[in-house]
Amino acid sequence: MEQYTQIPKEKFEFAEKKDVSHDKSLQTKPRSYLRDAFSRFCKNKGSVVGAIIIICLVLFAIIVPFCTQYTVSYQDSYYTTTLPKLHLFENTSFWDGCEEKASGKTSFLYYFAMGEETGHNAVKNQKYTYSEETGLYTYRLDSYQKNGMIYKNFSREEYEALQQYQLDSGKQVIYPMVPVKSRPQAQQDSNDANYYFQTSGSNKTQIVLDEEGKVIPVYETWPVKGERDNGYHSLRIEGEDGFVNAEGETVWYSYARRTSSGVECRINYYEYYIYNHTQVLKDGITEPYFVFGTTGSGQDILTCLASGARFSFLFAIAVAVVNLVVGAIYGAIEGYYGGKIDLVMERISDILSAVPTMIIITLLKLHMGGSSQILVLFIAFFLTGWISMASSTRMQFYRFKNQEYVLAARTLGARDRRVIWKHIFPNAIGTLITGCALIIPSMIYSETSLSYLGIINLSSGSITSVGTLIAAGQSSLATAPFITMFPSVFLILLMLSFNLFGNGLRDAFNPTLRGSEG
Amino acid sequence: MYMFKYVMKRLGLMLMTFAIIMVMSFVLIKLLPIVVPAQVGMDARIQYMRLEARGYICNLVMDEKTNQVISFDYVPVMKQFWLYIVRIFKDGDFGIGVTLAQYRNQPVWDVFLEKLPPTILINVYSTIIGVPIGLGLGIYAALRKNKWEDQVINVIVILLISLPSMVLGLVIQYVFCFQLKWFPLTMQSGYDYFSWPMFRSMLPAVFSLCLGSIAGYTRFTRAELSEVLTGEYMLLARTKGLTKGQATIRHALRNSMVPIFPSILSEFIAVLSGSLIIEAMFSIPGVGGLYLDSITYQDYDFFMLLSGFYTLVGLTAGIVVDISYGFIDPRIRMGAK
Repeated sequence: MEQYTQIPKEKFEFAEKKDVSHDKSLQTKPRSYLRDAFSRFCKNKGSVVGAIIIICLVLFAIIVPFCTQYTVSYQDSYYTTTLPKLHLFENTSFWDGCEEKASGKTSFLYYFAMGEETGHNAVKNQKYTYSEETGLYTYRLDSYQKNGMIYKNFSREEYEALQQYQLDSGKQVIYPMVPVKSRPQAQQDSNDANYYFQTSGSNKTQIVLDEEGKVIPVYETWPVKGERDNGYHSLRIEGEDGFVNAEGETVWYSYARRTSSGVECRINYYEYYIYNHTQVLKDGITEPYFVFGTTGSGQDILTCLASGARFSFLFAIAVAVVNLVVGAIYGAIEGYYGGKIDLVMERISDILSAVPTMIIITLLKLHMGGSSQILVLFIAFFLTGWISMASSTRMQFYRFKNQEYVLAARTLGARDRRVIWKHIFPNAIGTLITGCALIIPSMIYSETSLSYLGIINLSSGSITSVGTLIAAGQSSLATAPFITMFPSVFLILLMLSFNLFGNGLRDAFNPTLRGSEG
Repeated sequence: MYMFKYVMKRLGLMLMTFAIIMVMSFVLIKLLPIVVPAQVGMDARIQYMRLEARGYICNLVMDEKTNQVISFDYVPVMKQFWLYIVRIFKDGDFGIGVTLAQYRNQPVWDVFLEKLPPTILINVYSTIIGVPIGLGLGIYAALRKNKWEDQVINVIVILLISLPSMVLGLVIQYVFCFQLKWFPLTMQSGYDYFSWPMFRSMLPAVFSLCLGSIAGYTRFTRAELSEVLTGEYMLLARTKGLTKGQATIRHALRNSMVPIFPSILSEFIAVLSGSLIIEAMFSIPGVGGLYLDSITYQDYDFFMLLSGFYTLVGLTAGIVVDISYGFIDPRIRMGAK
């Protein structure tokens, strides 16, 4: 301290040469409100994560419906509750479309024989373990192959087209017929084309094995020299020139049976599915491949989920925008003019907000039975949704309308409209945007619950909703939990990310928090 | 006096709102096409008599010989409403079930009373479990603010709040009812509400309901209490010699309860309405299921009664919150200028 006590006078000089100093213009760039909010938002890690998840979900909803080979209206009566499968994991025992199964000998042989006949292994890689203790076979059952064979009726032309496809592609779809007399007698088994082997027992469901422990096929055959066209028709697969049977006769397999309307064939459903979709329907489906599995009615979950999500997002954003516009205008008028106008308008919104949403939706639905349910839902959400927007706008107007800068603008001759939109309304933008961000998940949630409860049925034609998927899956929760799992996970991620995002947004738009978060 | 006037004003407003909503619902319902449960070969006269009995038409003139209806008049909707109100206040008659097959010709009010206990029980259990745990966790989190315990609780709370009750219910149903087989899949039927098997079968639904409210209370309590704990009078309390526990219980907790208590109170009222989703998921024979049925089958008398019920519950819960502030904290003078 000592050294500063005696400073010579010459050492002092004016900061400015002139002895008057003017205000300097600001050197630093001004930071806009939005920029400020953005930087504050980025500091909050949770909300950034939330934002990233939201972007992922939105991308999922936008892109996936274009990428999948299926549509929402696609249904298949055989590939129902098919397990999820991803080619990437095909050789692992996770996400490979197979389920672990332990069963007795009859049931195991039934599936095992499918692979023996066609090479389409219902038992994954034909691998199994047998436990002496319990007498149970443990194996992974491929849900894409477990349909095996089906009997199907074709017209003559279809049958020939299918034969031509076989010759062209070298894939075998049609397999030798089983004579009606050799099929099992039990009602549920007699139409099951997978019994191509010898059976015994009172119901003919006990499987007969030969010495090597293999099933004995009971195909319909016809001697090469005999009369061929006796109800059963033949298909020559290249290189198959008949074979010699036990009696020393050269015979051919019969591949079809004549029926009243055409022919009945025994076809491998997996191959037939590919043929049907690539050659007949030509709908862009190349093979059965369901990344998220299928529902109980055979819809592709991935496609339905993505379309449902896309619909939900679009719908929620549309409702939020309409709510925002109406709420902002309503709230601005209420807040700015105040007095009697405010009182009356406030009563109206009070009454509207007291009506349970359920009642509004029901009444609308009953009255607008003919029109689309989407419109019903839209009006219902609109009727109750704008009120919160209006009240937050109103509050901001009450806060700012008597401040000096507003009075100054009024004194300078600004009209009401200018004061409202140019001077006061920007103050409410922050809360409104936050409100919007929080209203979107709540809207999706209530839409989901309404369609879950069956009050609103949005799934018609090419539209479906997440709630419908969940409701459809609940009935098969015990056997196929994955049907509900994927939509539920989607819903959880959505709610979680929007909650995080909304909280971050609320803090970001609150300038009083500036610097407090350290 | 402030208080009395304020309460009266709020009650009046509430009644007005309620009346307007009811009139609107009634008119909108009566304007709908009339649902007539017709059977093939039914006497036309019976149909018209029924309509007359249900109040849609009057002055029915019949030709006795041919059994043909000659003329009738439609009753104006507002008059129907008046008759409806008169019936309710004079005889306590809310109408009878028409299209809901299992309650046909039964008084709507009796069916409603019969459906009320499961709904209330499930929600009361959920509140009894949820409130103490929620408050406890919230207090603990606030006291250990920004420590790891707080972080863990925060993460759980965010997860639970984001979990839609539908998904939560499904998860509970799948894990506890299917996999572990601790509870039956759906609620037991019967009226023996206080027996052990019945209680056990209610538990999954109770859990699905209370997890959400636990999360809500935890978050609320934590926010309120941690704000109060930073107050200057807490510092004063410590300087005058109170231990941290004493200061927290005597000063901080009581003050933080001011906003928390009304919300507990309103939840106790809202238990009446229950949750439609949880009731549907666990097949609870409660009011929610009845409401959904009345919508599906368009049974208007049920719909009117239950709509009124839900509206009233919602309005009452709101008003109780507002008024209770004044009673709990004498510093808050409701309606004071």
